[in-house]
Amino acid sequence: MALQSLDIAKRSATTTEPPQARKTLEVAKLIDVSKCIGCKACQVACLQWNDLHEEVGSCGGTYDNPTDMTANSWTVMRYAEVESEERGLEWLIRKDGCMHCEDPGCLKACPAPGAIIKYANGIVDFHQENCIGCGYCVAGCPFNVPRISKKDSKAYKCTLCSDRVAVGLEPACVKVCPTGSISFGSKEDMKELADERITELKERGFKNAGLYDPAGVGGTHVMYVLNHADKPSLYSGLPADPTIAPTVSLWKGFAKPLAMAGIAAAALGGLFHYVMKGPNEVSKEIEAEVEKELEAEK
Amino acid sequence: MIRDPSDLQRYNASERANHWIVGICFILLALSGLALFHPALFPLTNLFGGGVWTRILHPFIGVIMMLFFVVMFFRFKRLNHMTDPDWEWVKRAREMVDGDDHNMPEMGKYNGGQKLLFWFLGLAMLMLFVSGIIIWRAYFSHYFPIGVIRTGAVLHAVFATVMIIAIIVHVYAAIWVRGTIRAMLYGTVTRAWAKQHHRAWYRQVTGK
Repeated sequence: MALQSLDIAKRSATTTEPPQARKTLEVAKLIDVSKCIGCKACQVACLQWNDLHEEVGSCGGTYDNPTDMTANSWTVMRYAEVESEERGLEWLIRKDGCMHCEDPGCLKACPAPGAIIKYANGIVDFHQENCIGCGYCVAGCPFNVPRISKKDSKAYKCTLCSDRVAVGLEPACVKVCPTGSISFGSKEDMKELADERITELKERGFKNAGLYDPAGVGGTHVMYVLNHADKPSLYSGLPADPTIAPTVSLWKGFAKPLAMAGIAAAALGGLFHYVMKGPNEVSKEIEAEVEKELEAEK
Repeated sequence: MIRDPSDLQRYNASERANHWIVGICFILLALSGLALFHPALFPLTNLFGGGVWTRILHPFIGVIMMLFFVVMFFRFKRLNHMTDPDWEWVKRAREMVDGDDHNMPEMGKYNGGQKLLFWFLGLAMLMLFVSGIIIWRAYFSHYFPIGVIRTGAVLHAVFATVMIIAIIVHVYAAIWVRGTIRAMLYGTVTRAWAKQHHRAWYRQVTGK
């Protein structure tokens, strides 16, 4: 979704500096998993605000509906039933969606200039008009978030309501959450809010409660308060230490200049070899020999 | 219309057409692939009708190239087995590049360098085809786990780069050794060319 009024911090497939005269406040969405009741109001609000419609799907045996994120469903509630001796059965419900990484793997992998933009406020946004549909963002993302539409081959994901945020509104999911599980504000404020809540949770016996703001991707602009922060994987496979895969870093980092240098060296090497050593012609000697052989045949 | 009847036939029409189909596909693939590999070369997508068309066309051209490469591979395979003189040639290749080919061993239809290139291209085409299928998002990527897709993307880039370099060497060698390109354009070489560069093959076809 294109939105020109926010400052740009990073632009896909662009090697020069983006415009950065102004500095805006870094924002974040804080999802307090311990307050979530799994009502899916956030999913509905997301579809409504973004004017998207999901196909009627099928039941996968859980409350997850749809069963996975799609090109239309940019956020999906994931319901995990976890049993432990200490606490018995727990229902850990996580609102899944784009984490808006400080160091976005999708943007690093994207080959199309301006198809993925990271704004100065931290929001990572896909600009479908520049998207070529290669799916490299899927390979780049450590959280398995981007979805390629079967209709138009464009990549889609949560925009953190960049359009609403640009005009001073909170994201649609934050607006509708009935339990106050989702908050939105400056990243600093959200961390403070999280701290207060984590202290509360610890007092209530969740000794491993903590904030999920993974350093491996430079922190995220969607953060979770987890009552079991020591085991993020309990929450439907939230990665414990997400980073951009080394293969992606190699492919999109070191390999690019090295390959260009290698190809240029081969081409220039050929030219200079020709200029300095001259062509490899047939020797006059052999030409004369062959003439003689032909004469002899006659 | 062969004007000099003493010229030697090196490639027949079908072999030449086969080679040029593969060659044209390679050029289109290299341009479109590089366009999606390095941001500085993204403007090359304009040659293909824009970024989206480049993404759509590249893999299909790759499939065409693979089909014709396989035909060419089996056509020339038996002529490309490395022999002792071939290895000797490879060892001395540096002298020749430096401008002195007096110590080069006699070569058959192909020299050691050409043969090594042949086998390398076979390997590169196989790797590019397999990794290309894995990263072909529209039809195949959903069959593979994410780690395989990421590795496929790296391997595709690595083998493509080395293959582009190898083909630059291949083309330059044909330009450097005068009288070579006509073999792939209209099929013949002069007897002197054959005796100079592929003496064993010259003896074989002329009986001298």
